Amino acid sequence: MSAALDAVRALKARWPGATDRATLDHPAVNVPASDLLAVLRSLKEEHGFDVLEDVSGVDWGVGSSPRFTVVYHVLSTTGHDYVRVAADCADAGAPEVPSAAALWPGADWHEREAYDMYGIRFTGHPDLRRILMWDGYPHFPLRKDFPLSGVPTELPDAEVVAETKTGAIAAPMAGGPFVASPGGINMTEAEPRAKDESWTERHPKPGT
Amino acid sequence: MVSANTDLTYNSKIEGDVIVSRADAVINWIRSSSMWPMPMGLACCAIELMAVAASRFDIARFGAEVMRFSPKQSDVMIVSGTVTYKMSSAVRRIYDQMAEPKWVIAMGACASTGGMYRSYAVLQGVDRILPVDVYVSGCPPRPEALLDALVKLQEKVKREPSASKLLSA
Ligand code: SF4
Repeated sequence: MSAALDAVRALKARWPGATDRATLDHPAVNVPASDLLAVLRSLKEEHGFDVLEDVSGVDWGVGSSPRFTVVYHVLSTTGHDYVRVAADCADAGAPEVPSAAALWPGADWHEREAYDMYGIRFTGHPDLRRILMWDGYPHFPLRKDFPLSGVPTELPDAEVVAETKTGAIAAPMAGGPFVASPGGINMTEAEPRAKDESWTERHPKPGT
Repeated sequence: MVSANTDLTYNSKIEGDVIVSRADAVINWIRSSSMWPMPMGLACCAIELMAVAASRFDIARFGAEVMRFSPKQSDVMIVSGTVTYKMSSAVRRIYDQMAEPKWVIAMGACASTGGMYRSYAVLQGVDRILPVDVYVSGCPPRPEALLDALVKLQEKVKREPSASKLLSA
């Protein structure tokens, strides 16, 4: 029996709120956000899952309940196995989970990225700022209600804006998103291309 | 510089120590023969930019081997790579710190138009914040294409009315 399965079984026995999570690879467990830190601490300190590989967010879509989920992957360097831990955020308007930065300092930047992209707040995080987009960017770009091309936004540097009179624009999608289609051995056919090539920035989309 | 040396002709046997030429020809010859690049390497295109500087392609043959990481010492900004909105103000500020006269080469699809990044995070062409002199197509462009862009820029510089610009400045 693998270390990961043992650990997940022990977690479920100790925290009644923890349930099995559908998985195709590593053992996975859903836990309530209130138990999350205790579960992660137990994985680290009692089960030898010493490396936090990843913290990521999931947006299940506007109107879903729960809307946001935070997913952790932890690795045991002695047991050579992974466990996946997922916690749903209760409030879709102000999603929130406790920060794991005190357990693994490496969680710091992962959590900043999840905050930057999804707006999930990690309570107790030492320095929860945006990490990819600039400070003051008003949107959370990986949320499902944010368009792929972006929305017009003011750039951060007021002097440069005054000089160049430019800002972030909604990118011209030109029939995109661009997708690759299986084209057999014909490489030209297999190349990524726009789904609808009848319009560009210059020729507006027919029927709009 | 590899070009036919016809813009300045000087036959010392006939003319002694005197050279007669036009101010524009002299100024532009000096400017175009030593264009020091500001290597604005922001993504994968920067690797090709490095190849251009290395021995096989050797940008030194065109007088532009002195990559200056200080904008105050450089003449031509080679924007090689994806310019994100977050980086764009830094790019513009570095351009502003370059001394006149200055030129810009947009190297590759990303710098020219945003390339494949039709995205919320990427500046859709560096010409939205900088006056671009030469665009280079490709993802990434071959090193030869960048050399060609440099030669084209040198030809453009040679046509500039530099003397009258200096006098009117
Ligand atoms: S044009 Fe292509 S090679 Fe150049 S920076 Fe963009 S993606 Fe990279």
